[in-house]
Amino acid sequence: MTRRLIAGSIAILLVASCGGAGAPDTDRVELLVAAAASLTDAFGDIETAFEDAHPGVDVVLNLGGSSLLREQILANAPVDAFAPADVAIMEEVRAAGLVRGSARVFARNTMAIAVPAGNPGGVTGLDDLARPELLVGLCAETVPCGRFTHQVLRRAGVTAQPDTEEPNVRALLTKVEHGELDTGIVYATDVREAGGAVAIAIPEEHNVTTDYPIAIMSGTSHPETAAAFIAFVLSDEGRALLNRHGFHLP
Amino acid sequence: MTEDQDSIRKASRRSGGRSGTVRRPRRPPAFIAIPATIGLALFALPVLGLLGRAPWRRLATLLGSDLALEALRLSAISSVSAAVISLLLGVPVAWTLCRYDFPGRSLLRGLVLLPMVLPPVVGGAALLFALGRRGLVGSPLYEATGLVLPFSTGGVILAGVFVAMPLMVLTVEGGLRSLDHRFERAAETLGAGRWTVLRRVTIPMIAPSVVAGTALTWARALGEFGATLTFAGNLEGRTQTLPLAVFVALESDRDAALALSLVMVIVSLAVLVALRDHWWRSR
Amino acid sequence: MRPGLDSRLMMRREGFRLDVVLGIDPGQTVALLGPNGAGKTTVVGALSGLVPLDGGYIRLGGRILEDPVTGTLVGPAERRIGVMFQDGVLFPHLSALENVAFGLRSRRVPRREARRRAAGWLEAVGLDALSGRRPDRLSGGQRQRVALARALITEPAMLLLDEPFSALDVSSRAGLRRMLQDHLADFEGPSLLITHDPTEAFLLADRLVVLENGSVVQEGNADQIRLRPASPYAADLAGVNLVVGTASGRVLTVGNHRLVVPEAASGRVIATIHPRAISIHLDRPGGSPRNSWPTRIERIDHHADRVRVQTGHPLPVTAEITPDAQTGLNLAPGSEVWLSVKATEIQVNAG
Repeated sequence: MTRRLIAGSIAILLVASCGGAGAPDTDRVELLVAAAASLTDAFGDIETAFEDAHPGVDVVLNLGGSSLLREQILANAPVDAFAPADVAIMEEVRAAGLVRGSARVFARNTMAIAVPAGNPGGVTGLDDLARPELLVGLCAETVPCGRFTHQVLRRAGVTAQPDTEEPNVRALLTKVEHGELDTGIVYATDVREAGGAVAIAIPEEHNVTTDYPIAIMSGTSHPETAAAFIAFVLSDEGRALLNRHGFHLP
Repeated sequence: MTEDQDSIRKASRRSGGRSGTVRRPRRPPAFIAIPATIGLALFALPVLGLLGRAPWRRLATLLGSDLALEALRLSAISSVSAAVISLLLGVPVAWTLCRYDFPGRSLLRGLVLLPMVLPPVVGGAALLFALGRRGLVGSPLYEATGLVLPFSTGGVILAGVFVAMPLMVLTVEGGLRSLDHRFERAAETLGAGRWTVLRRVTIPMIAPSVVAGTALTWARALGEFGATLTFAGNLEGRTQTLPLAVFVALESDRDAALALSLVMVIVSLAVLVALRDHWWRSR
Repeated sequence: MRPGLDSRLMMRREGFRLDVVLGIDPGQTVALLGPNGAGKTTVVGALSGLVPLDGGYIRLGGRILEDPVTGTLVGPAERRIGVMFQDGVLFPHLSALENVAFGLRSRRVPRREARRRAAGWLEAVGLDALSGRRPDRLSGGQRQRVALARALITEPAMLLLDEPFSALDVSSRAGLRRMLQDHLADFEGPSLLITHDPTEAFLLADRLVVLENGSVVQEGNADQIRLRPASPYAADLAGVNLVVGTASGRVLTVGNHRLVVPEAASGRVIATIHPRAISIHLDRPGGSPRNSWPTRIERIDHHADRVRVQTGHPLPVTAEITPDAQTGLNLAPGSEVWLSVKATEIQVNAG
């Protein structure tokens, strides 16, 4: 838990400097995949499985808030494939002419309320997010997680009283796990992964379903390898791995 | 009196008075000039990049927005508070490290400098484990008083103190170390007690270091990002300082981010240039 | 118990022991002379209370300042010993006036009153026109005068002058010396002058104390030390001939006698001649020495490796020769001889 908080936070800061440049002429292909922070664990497994199947390929994951990744791509970071947590973000990148081919939705997610083990704040539903005495964390509205959270709250007619708006869903979750926050809204898959946090379901009529698109970037030097990676994500093996981490499948 | 005036001139030459300083040559040789130019370019280019991209026409509108004004207000309050707290705590720390001999002093010296080399996010995480609601000290504090430091302006200030105070300790310790003890002794023989010596001799004589330390600490606290985000979170009006607002705005409103960055660059540069001049004069 | 300073200073440091008995009567000035490392600085530290004694005692004006046996220890602030430090040690952030007023302000004298009295003292040392200057805008001699005023304004029970001339050039020394002479004459308490310069010691002090390796090797007035120096250092130091006279160009007139000196001067001057620079002849010498005069030997003192010869009228001086030379010339008290000294061997200081 500690390690993840630190690693996650460092990733936020270092992300700008690790745009690993592709090396087209060498035998070993380095494939840079920018993926939403909520995909951290699922894509970690997919990376391992894909590399086992393609020994000449080294997949490098750049994980972060989807909007930060979008900014890097718009600033021409050498990304081969992109998997944000929001189709709207992919649409912006496509509008800038940076998508090669078309995007495919490969996974779906829903939102959930996360509370620390033991639920010290006695949270039972969305209404509790309006309780001023609780320490409530939300995702910043600039990232997809934050946009979905606000959709959920609007549907439920709840005015939340947040104490922090985290720029990254993983940072938010870590603070909930650690007990520094009493509750927060995160992706349902995240709470499944979380060691110390417990999920409280959001009623279906208030919840949103989010689509994860994936596409090859037009700046790639390895279009075949990128296509192979996407095919793997969409394959039965890839779907099984996503499903194991709690993602719904289209 | 002419002999006296003559020796004044001699004295001022000895002490490196401005009138007597040797004129420096204007241009370094190539083997120094070339790497020096590259090095300086490394500092100057990002600033130029920022100036080139800055939305000059919309600057007033962008800086007048609620988000910008709130971030400016919060940054002003928290950086000044962090500098004042660093002053009140850092000077005694420097004093202790400089004037007293005790076991473990080298260890403490290293400890004080640690926040300078640690990635600030690691510092923020460490603060959370120590002073968070479930932290080593934070937990009993919360049980006893209900006080929660993370996600509060107090947390922002604390993060600023943590990362910036080493600069205060370093500068003041340097000032104390170079202070000639005989001045304090002379004051004692003139009937000054410990407090008078401190107030009328030691503090005025290390004042340049204290001023420099305070300004550096303030500038560092103003720019603090990683520890603040990790420890204090990000909420407009409570914990969202200028750097955090820039970070968030970069993903939504690039021009606003540039305008805020510009404010930070100009303010910090002004302080550092003034400070550098001050040091120049006292050397 | 004497009313002035009555002290025995015992201190032990690694490889160094100090044991000095030092008494000074009220109104008296004692010069403490010694080579580097003799312990002069330690004496200053001990008396001013900046370094504690390991043994002995310090009493001043009947008050016990320090006694390790009974545990009595009066801090520097309460000793009422005015110290004039080497190089002055003026506070660089305060003006001359504020430096002088410092001691009064430390004793809670109201600001206005302190400044008024400080201005008076600056006038007394001739610096009233420079009261607003910071020390870095004062000459070495001016700084020392401020330091003197700063030490005297608190009306100390004792005055401690630590090498007051060491940082000054020759021309500033005479002015400060005259000023010190005046103020020491008025000062009612005991004064201790630490110095390595015999000229200053002879001119300012009533009594000389020679310190070597942490202990006193000799005590007395200049003549006593000149006649019976107790160590080579004391001989060297006290044996120097001091000649006070009036200069006009390169000629120095002492009574009816005239000496040619190496550089032009005017008015009252003090010249020093080292005893080894004086040669003794049986007949009038020829050749280069421009200064030669006939005289009679008054007294001869034998030391291990040298002989000190005192001569009389017209210019009483001490010459130092080897025992062989004395035997060769067959010198004895009452002998008629010629003395000669090169002009270049005479050092002239403004009086």
